[in-house]
Amino acid sequence: MKADLVIIGGGPAGMGAALEAHRLGVRDIFIIERDLFLGGILQQCIHNGFGLHLFNEELTGGEYAQRFIDQLGTAGIRVLTDTMVLEVKSGLVRAVNKDGVLEIQAGAIILAMGCRERTRGAINIPGSRPAGIYTAGAAQRLLNIEGLLPGKRAVILGSGDIGLIMARRLTLEGAKVLAVAELMPWSNGLARNIAQCLNDFDIPLLLSHTVVGIHGSKRLQGVTLARVDEKFQPLAGSELSVPCDLLLLSVGLVPENELSRKLGIAIDSVTNGPVVDQHLHTSSQGIFACGNVVHVHDLVDFVTLESRRAAAGAAAWLQNSRPRSWLAVNPGENISYVVPQRLTLPAQEDITFLLRVKKPLKNPIFSVTAGGVELIKKQRLVARPAEMAELKLPAAKVPANSEITIDCRGEEQ
Amino acid sequence: MYDVIIIGAGIVGCSAAYCLSRCQLRVLVVEQGPDVAVATSAANSGIVHAGYDPKPGTLMADLNVQGNALYPKLCKELDVPFRRCGSLVVAKAGEEDSLRCLLARGRANSVPDLAILGRDEILSREPNIAPDAETALYAPSAGIVSPWELTLALAETAAVNGVQFMFNTRVTGIQVKEDAVQAAETEHGSLFAPIIINAAGIGADHLARKAGAERYDILPRKGEYLLLDKDLDGFVRHVVFPVPTPISKGILVLPTMEGNLLIGPTAFDVWDREDLSTTREGLAAVGRGGLRLFPGLPLHKVITSFAGLRAVPADGDFVLRRSAKVKGWIDAGGIQSPGLSAAPAIGEKLVGLVAGLTELKPKVQLQRPPVRRLRELPLAERQEWIERNPLYGRIICRCEGVSEGEIVDALHRPIPASTLDGLKQRTRAGSGRCQGGFCQPRLIAIMARELGISPLAITKAGPGSEMLAGRLAKGEGE
Repeated sequence: MKADLVIIGGGPAGMGAALEAHRLGVRDIFIIERDLFLGGILQQCIHNGFGLHLFNEELTGGEYAQRFIDQLGTAGIRVLTDTMVLEVKSGLVRAVNKDGVLEIQAGAIILAMGCRERTRGAINIPGSRPAGIYTAGAAQRLLNIEGLLPGKRAVILGSGDIGLIMARRLTLEGAKVLAVAELMPWSNGLARNIAQCLNDFDIPLLLSHTVVGIHGSKRLQGVTLARVDEKFQPLAGSELSVPCDLLLLSVGLVPENELSRKLGIAIDSVTNGPVVDQHLHTSSQGIFACGNVVHVHDLVDFVTLESRRAAAGAAAWLQNSRPRSWLAVNPGENISYVVPQRLTLPAQEDITFLLRVKKPLKNPIFSVTAGGVELIKKQRLVARPAEMAELKLPAAKVPANSEITIDCRGEEQ
Repeated sequence: MYDVIIIGAGIVGCSAAYCLSRCQLRVLVVEQGPDVAVATSAANSGIVHAGYDPKPGTLMADLNVQGNALYPKLCKELDVPFRRCGSLVVAKAGEEDSLRCLLARGRANSVPDLAILGRDEILSREPNIAPDAETALYAPSAGIVSPWELTLALAETAAVNGVQFMFNTRVTGIQVKEDAVQAAETEHGSLFAPIIINAAGIGADHLARKAGAERYDILPRKGEYLLLDKDLDGFVRHVVFPVPTPISKGILVLPTMEGNLLIGPTAFDVWDREDLSTTREGLAAVGRGGLRLFPGLPLHKVITSFAGLRAVPADGDFVLRRSAKVKGWIDAGGIQSPGLSAAPAIGEKLVGLVAGLTELKPKVQLQRPPVRRLRELPLAERQEWIERNPLYGRIICRCEGVSEGEIVDALHRPIPASTLDGLKQRTRAGSGRCQGGFCQPRLIAIMARELGISPLAITKAGPGSEMLAGRLAKGEGE
């Protein structure tokens, strides 16, 4: 089989890229999705808040996804669900499903595999290994798709959005959420989620705390929490025993780049996603990437916008547009990472930088410099690691050949 | 009424069952856990040692070397992957005497092809080894195997040859009359047999006492491990040991048969025989031990950690004997390292001990049904299997590439999976880098469907470890 464009992943990133590619004239498009339905993680997000930027509405995850699913049919985009991509080699996408092994030779590929959750094992929580320990997303799937309750008395580790949403979700289903523990001295989640998921339900948020022990040989009986110091080491004597039968882990998302690594694509060690240029082109010719597989987003609206840029990149590639040279984009002071990590020249459109700061800052000033010259400067009210920031650099300001550095300076909170 | 009852379905009990299943005997294996290989046999290093470590003249030494020699043929017969990757005991400056001692012991134990390597040779074999590694004892006959895969293969072969297995059944006492074994007492009633093989692992000494047999003591010694991700590009190629300590072989680093990197174990004596918890100090010690051998070890790629208990015999050697006090009682206790390595030979030895008590008439031994690992098949074969059964085309465990067809197969094998841990051991579903985050909800649904039970009844590891607490209340109109 042959196709112009094969998109791996049918979540918001994949669907957004497919529709935009079609709008730009690409015709032979496949979306390959491993789950039974399209929508990716949105399928299990029954809470609203999606689409505030893009549609000016507060949709549920499913409603947001449906807006895209509805358009795929009319665009004649071919969708293979319940199909797992096994490998990609020299533009050949090999996948498997109930009909057998299939191979599609693609003109361009867009990686949109999303991310997976960090596990207990990855953060080395000591203790026993009973039933009753779930990552927050897995518990969300059980609850919202299968209608099954994973436990009745919960402690949640991690105040990222998934943990916060699940705190509210469990409470609404009659479980008792005893505490949300957060390793950092500040919460990772969106401010509105702290308010609507914890404060509204009187669920205590224990900052600078972590789980230091897990008890119960068959089913979870309790956890031990402890306060941590500035180096995130548990403080002796601060231990707190919390009887519970459910521990939810919301301790980070890891972009799902097994396929990318097997392809030898250059990976950014901070984002754990592919190094990309402003067209979301990876280091592997003809392979693009967008969405959570590149870097973990907070808002699906930004995923959709990013997927449109990737689609434009793939469409241009299929029209034989080839990059001539690159310049590096470096994260500077207080910047954890910037996407894109490089710019191809000449830059024909304005560049959208998406980045995260390392520490929360009041009155931050973002500065984009190249060769000692400041290209743009932007002041904001606040910058938080938990909220991805966006900076636009007009095409005319993209330098001809010096590396770009982005810094952020402000008052620490 | 049985001819032989084996208490314990770990590697020792299942090896005995496998060997006895060649004879015309009614054999029952009774196990307190929900499955084979749930205790020590599931939580060890998976090493088939070369045999230079045990003291010459001991059962440990003899059976280690004999067992090691039996591995290639046995694993081929059982279709269990086994790799003779070789081992290196790496010495730093000042530790050379330990190596010489191990070499001498190895020679006394008839371990084949031992050699002392210099720094250059070590580097060529293990490019990532610590810069201060000076010399190493190289043992080409050492290998790696999946301990639960082997235990299951032995058990299933025994099962298709008539051996019965009873799980979730704890033996609480032994009925002895006129100094002869009568029965094993359990919560579900008495199981009668004139011969009982005690392969009860950590609890073997207590059972021996209940039978009135010659006393021995088991000291539980905990070992903690870190398991790293796969695809680390052959970072470590052999089983690599430091020089041993008085109580253990040290913290080693090795590739597993499945392709992960394993580091461990620590060695810490404990009182609580049910304590399988990992500890902060233990895991930190494992990390340090690994870095001591391989300073570049990618510890950030840890995917899980676990602990196991060794059944250390207080007298220092395996307890493998017929009781002289209680007729019919056979002990197979204190099987700590090199227990896995010795297991094939222990099984044969136990048959020999049974032979002294009853007539053994041989019968043809059938093979268990083959295990399909679709991800290992060439594409054309994979296509054929999918055409036969479309469920082989639906991948459930993304990290390990396990299809729904393989999961369904595991739920209907001669010794079927009945828990999520059992599914993981048989198919690898849930043992990858996402540790079940993606597949667990699906596995629960498949198990419930195939076993015809409510998802609320699905357990991680037997009764008491149910995965779920309830169903959501349905709304009106549903």
